[in-house]
Amino acid sequence: MPLLLFDSTCLNLHFFSFDMDKKLYTIIVHSENFAGLLNQVTAVFTRRQINIESLNVSASSIKGVHKYTITAWTDRNTIEKVTTQISKKIDVLQAHYFTDDEIYQHEIALYKITTPTLEEKPEVSKVIRKYSARIVEVNAVFSIVEKNGMSEEITNLYEELRALDCVLQFVRSGRVAITTSCIERVNEYLADREAKYNRKREKEQDNGQE
Amino acid sequence: MKDMITGAEALMRSLEHQGVKTIFGYPGGSIMPVFDALYDHRKTLNHILVRHEQGATHAAQGFARVSGEVGVCLVTSGPGATNTITGIADAMIDSTPMVVIAGQVGTGFLGTDAFQEVDLVGITQPISKWSYQIRNAEDVAWAVARAFYIAKSGRPGPVVLDFAKNAQVDKTEYTPVKLDYIRSYQPIPEMDMQAVGQAAELINNAQRPLVLVGQGVELGGAQQELRAFIEKAGMPAGCTLLGLSALPTEHPLNKGMLGMHGNLGPNINTNKCDVLIAVGMRFDDRVTGKLDTYARQAKIIHFDIDPAEIDKNVKTDVAVLGNCKETLAAVTELLKPATHQEWLDSFRTYEEVENEKVIRPELHPAGKSLSMGEVVRAVSEATNNEAILVTDVGQNQMMSARYFKFSKERSIVTSGGLGTMGFGLPAAVGATFGRPDRTVCVFMGDGGLQMNIQELGTVMEQKAPVKIILLNNNFLGNVRQWQAMFFNRRYSFTPMVNPDYMKIASAYDIPSRRVTSREELKGAIEEMLATDGPFLLEACVIEEGNVLPMTPPGGSVNQMLLEC
Repeated sequence: MPLLLFDSTCLNLHFFSFDMDKKLYTIIVHSENFAGLLNQVTAVFTRRQINIESLNVSASSIKGVHKYTITAWTDRNTIEKVTTQISKKIDVLQAHYFTDDEIYQHEIALYKITTPTLEEKPEVSKVIRKYSARIVEVNAVFSIVEKNGMSEEITNLYEELRALDCVLQFVRSGRVAITTSCIERVNEYLADREAKYNRKREKEQDNGQE
Repeated sequence: MKDMITGAEALMRSLEHQGVKTIFGYPGGSIMPVFDALYDHRKTLNHILVRHEQGATHAAQGFARVSGEVGVCLVTSGPGATNTITGIADAMIDSTPMVVIAGQVGTGFLGTDAFQEVDLVGITQPISKWSYQIRNAEDVAWAVARAFYIAKSGRPGPVVLDFAKNAQVDKTEYTPVKLDYIRSYQPIPEMDMQAVGQAAELINNAQRPLVLVGQGVELGGAQQELRAFIEKAGMPAGCTLLGLSALPTEHPLNKGMLGMHGNLGPNINTNKCDVLIAVGMRFDDRVTGKLDTYARQAKIIHFDIDPAEIDKNVKTDVAVLGNCKETLAAVTELLKPATHQEWLDSFRTYEEVENEKVIRPELHPAGKSLSMGEVVRAVSEATNNEAILVTDVGQNQMMSARYFKFSKERSIVTSGGLGTMGFGLPAAVGATFGRPDRTVCVFMGDGGLQMNIQELGTVMEQKAPVKIILLNNNFLGNVRQWQAMFFNRRYSFTPMVNPDYMKIASAYDIPSRRVTSREELKGAIEEMLATDGPFLLEACVIEEGNVLPMTPPGGSVNQMLLEC
């Protein structure tokens, strides 16, 4: 019989209340523009088996800095860890996560619809107007509708057009997002890093002269 | 105009500029221009020819762990590069500074499935701190400077340089590059004085503080700061496997090893303390056991250099980010002297129980056969507890961690996070080059020795003074122990048919001795230590010996089995 040393008196449990509800989070990453970095960023999600809902990568307003906007359904605890692990990559400048109320976000979608239906059913034009979408191309066979907006509106427009039986193709972009705070954190971060490094250098040079 | 040199020559000069003196490597097609350049630099860059590239990485790890310098490997592309993967992953999880330079096919061949082409950057990105392909000779100086800076700064780790063949032979101007700043990389977070204050306040109000000492203390060179910290507030400490030599074994506040096969006191008291202070450790599952029941009663203070470690496994109340050499000193200044005598005394009960049930039977077995523990303790004492301990993985590792004693810092080299069998022998070779002034003892099992047994060739060629102690139980002992405990003694493929190790040693011209009895042991150890150069001591030990105590997998930290 194994001898088990177990002291139950010390198990005064108090559980931490993590926010375990799954939400759609938007992660904004700024990185140096090096080959292979996208791989490193997405690998953090893969390792934890988190599906990326959308991903948008483009040059940012800062020269040589790329911006990634990634959305994923997960809980707060996980997204915190994912974000710190992305930040840890050598060539990543910064990574932050946001909920929808902390960002202004937009997507773009294109809907290819049949021109005959557009002409025959006035409801189609009505729906397009209702969603403030616009027709950007018309020919005898098909027309293309473009819609900018929030994810939900884009989906709803698709559902309504589909109900009218006129959609040939539908495509949507990943999300682009901008924070609602007034500070551009990356600019601040870069300026701060450089200032601190310069101060350190000066200090070392001063010490060297003494 | 400046002289034009090849990229390979630029690599040599860059390595010399970084202060490299030792390289572990193995030549091959895609790295030949570099080896050709090395021929002219072989006086300053001492190249150790290993017998397998995996050996090169573990040797570089052993070198780095004992010396604190960056270990360097030089290998060819394709299979040469993939053979380094285990060592890179091992160095990553155990935070060991290492730079692996691998040949690569010329850039014109990249992506064409050329001979010995492998996407090394792609393979190593998830398991390295930084991985970069050098495509132009002009990039060499910059890439090497960046590689060494990243490998050794902050939380150290492995860096991979994938060196395309055309960049090795193309001509470039060379100017040494000094690099100590990367704008996207902050190696040491700034110390937050508010966190320092909060930590000090928690500790000052603690009745039962417990300190967990990790390898971060050794990596940060904070051994003295740690002692001052625990001594001022009279706090008991437990060490992780990799942190064992950060605090001398015989220090009165050192209460032993943490984790699955650690000592009873620090493990059980983890769930009794009121403030748990983790220093440079990462709450590995082998330390915490079941997280749901781990130190739930305690406030947690976590000192670490890596922000990604905070709250990763255990939710922290106060995180003190920074180099623990500075943060520990800052907190110590704010501490009130204390003794916590009653709390310290509480460890004694567990020590007595463990002594009676586990330690005494292990060190003084009733039967005739040697136990693993008594061999380890005898070797430790014969070196005056001053040797460097290198271990392989398995029972030999746990037994030597439990029964070896440490009096000097940076004295344990073991594969902690990855648990790489075959690590020990090459790592020990590396350690002899990292600290040629110290005795290096490596404990191997009969399984692990055969996993990189080819490195006996390196030992022979270099006359590396490795003292190899083979704890031979004719089993893959650790797995066998688990089979006995959790799989109904079904010994599925754990018995080992072994070669005659004396013959193997003799073939490699390594002096050796086999012992089976207690009477021979002391003399054999003396002979081993008195022998100049390498020695293989095979100790035939109890076949079905078990490592105890043990927290069963998935069990709570305060549930420890004392018997099987």
